[in-house]
Amino acid sequence: MEEVNSPILQVSHLSKSFGDHQVLKDIDFETCHGNVICIIGASGSGKSTLLRCINLLETPTSGQIFFHGKDITSKGSNVNVYRSKVGMVFQSFNLFNNMTVLQNCMAGTTKVLKKDKKTAEEIAMKYLKKVGMGEYINAKPHQLSGGQQQRVAIARALAMEPEMLLFDEPTSALDPQMVGEVLQVMRDLAQEGMTMVIVTHEMAFARDVSSRVVFMADGVVAEENTPAKLFSNPQQESTREFLSRFRNQ
Amino acid sequence: MNLPNEADFFGWVLYLLNKYGMIFLRGAGVTLMLALIGTLIGCIIGLLVGVLRTLPYNKKANPVFKILYKLLQFILAAYIEVFRGTPMIVQAMVLYYGSKQMFGVDMSAMFAGFFIVSINTGAYMAETVRGGIDSIDVGQTEAAKAIGMTHWQTMFSVIMPQTLRNILPQIGNNLIINIKDTSVLNIISVTELFFSGNSAAGAYFRYFEVFFIISVIYFIMTFTCSRLLRWMERKIDGSGYYSLVEIDMMADPCGHNPVKKHGGKQTWKK
Repeated sequence: MEEVNSPILQVSHLSKSFGDHQVLKDIDFETCHGNVICIIGASGSGKSTLLRCINLLETPTSGQIFFHGKDITSKGSNVNVYRSKVGMVFQSFNLFNNMTVLQNCMAGTTKVLKKDKKTAEEIAMKYLKKVGMGEYINAKPHQLSGGQQQRVAIARALAMEPEMLLFDEPTSALDPQMVGEVLQVMRDLAQEGMTMVIVTHEMAFARDVSSRVVFMADGVVAEENTPAKLFSNPQQESTREFLSRFRNQ
Repeated sequence: MNLPNEADFFGWVLYLLNKYGMIFLRGAGVTLMLALIGTLIGCIIGLLVGVLRTLPYNKKANPVFKILYKLLQFILAAYIEVFRGTPMIVQAMVLYYGSKQMFGVDMSAMFAGFFIVSINTGAYMAETVRGGIDSIDVGQTEAAKAIGMTHWQTMFSVIMPQTLRNILPQIGNNLIINIKDTSVLNIISVTELFFSGNSAAGAYFRYFEVFFIISVIYFIMTFTCSRLLRWMERKIDGSGYYSLVEIDMMADPCGHNPVKKHGGKQTWKK
């Protein structure tokens, strides 16, 4: 990919509180073009909140988020344009229930990007085939298995042709036998150089695909390193403890 | 046709039907028209008010907008409370005679009827719509926002279609209530079914026979409507039968589960 070293996203001094409860404390974090960042950590450590703050589904209490160097938390920035460039895949899929698989993948391109129907359909088909869902275009979400729904959700995000994808525990709501198909799609994307930030509990996946792994504990980034170093030689006590639980399984 | 004797119930029913049948039918037509159009306009009012009531409050907006927002929400809440909180029969009197006396607006009884049924239904529907919107999983809104949709795009392409399906039974309820409750409009001399019944009953002092006929006509109208609405709901839901296509190579890359490629699959295709 071009511009390998310019940061596409920078999070600086980000904090988030819900009432008196501070979930994120002064987070600094950045990612470059083509990087795959996996965020791991125990439940309640703030991983998902961080991801939701990056997409502004939660408004940060303080701190800034820069996308290509521009502060998207500032008053004048257009949130919808930013969101159209940063795709998001949710734990509970969140496919539009009133639309078919194909309509789900065309909603953003026709309504937000204002592409004509024919172009939108071509784009949607391209990505639906890529995730192996080309046969299902007329199905409604409730007619699909969880794994299939999540693959459609990924195709929906890809149809926007985003610069970056955010994954919020994409396999946590799936039966074990369906995890593989979703991870395979994500593996393919990583290989193609898609910039991704992934919150996950799949340690093997995080070790294999990520450029860097971020370990979060109690609302702070406790440790950040390449997967090889973080998994084989964790520096922090909390990281060691967290990883040991996964090894014992 | 001769006048039946005093105790002959069915004789009176037949006699009255023969004499007043057309008048009753015309009254039923007026009732149905008031109920249908009133419910339709009421639904449109309810949708608009309901959507406006769910507008997000933007803390960062400038003060003028904030004041306008508060004012709008106050007016909408007041509208709902006032029209839900007073009987339609009283509203009919106040609006029909009040508009004449205070503003010199001489509206026809029929127009006043449409107006009152519509705004009344609107007040109830507004709350139904708000409840319907709240019942849609917040994930739907988040997913729409995450691909860059504005509040209005999210509302009209994702939330409202699902809300409408969910509140369809309540719209049916309102239609049926309106068919019955337009009878109160006889107070401002709208010639709907109850009014026609009253004039017929008065002519021969046969209240029981006349209102027996009237009640049967009301029931036929409401029952037909409720059946039609159920049929519409089923139509929207589509066939409940479907089977999964099994040629999903990603779900079964090794082919452990033999896959049928033909025969009886993809039943959701139109």
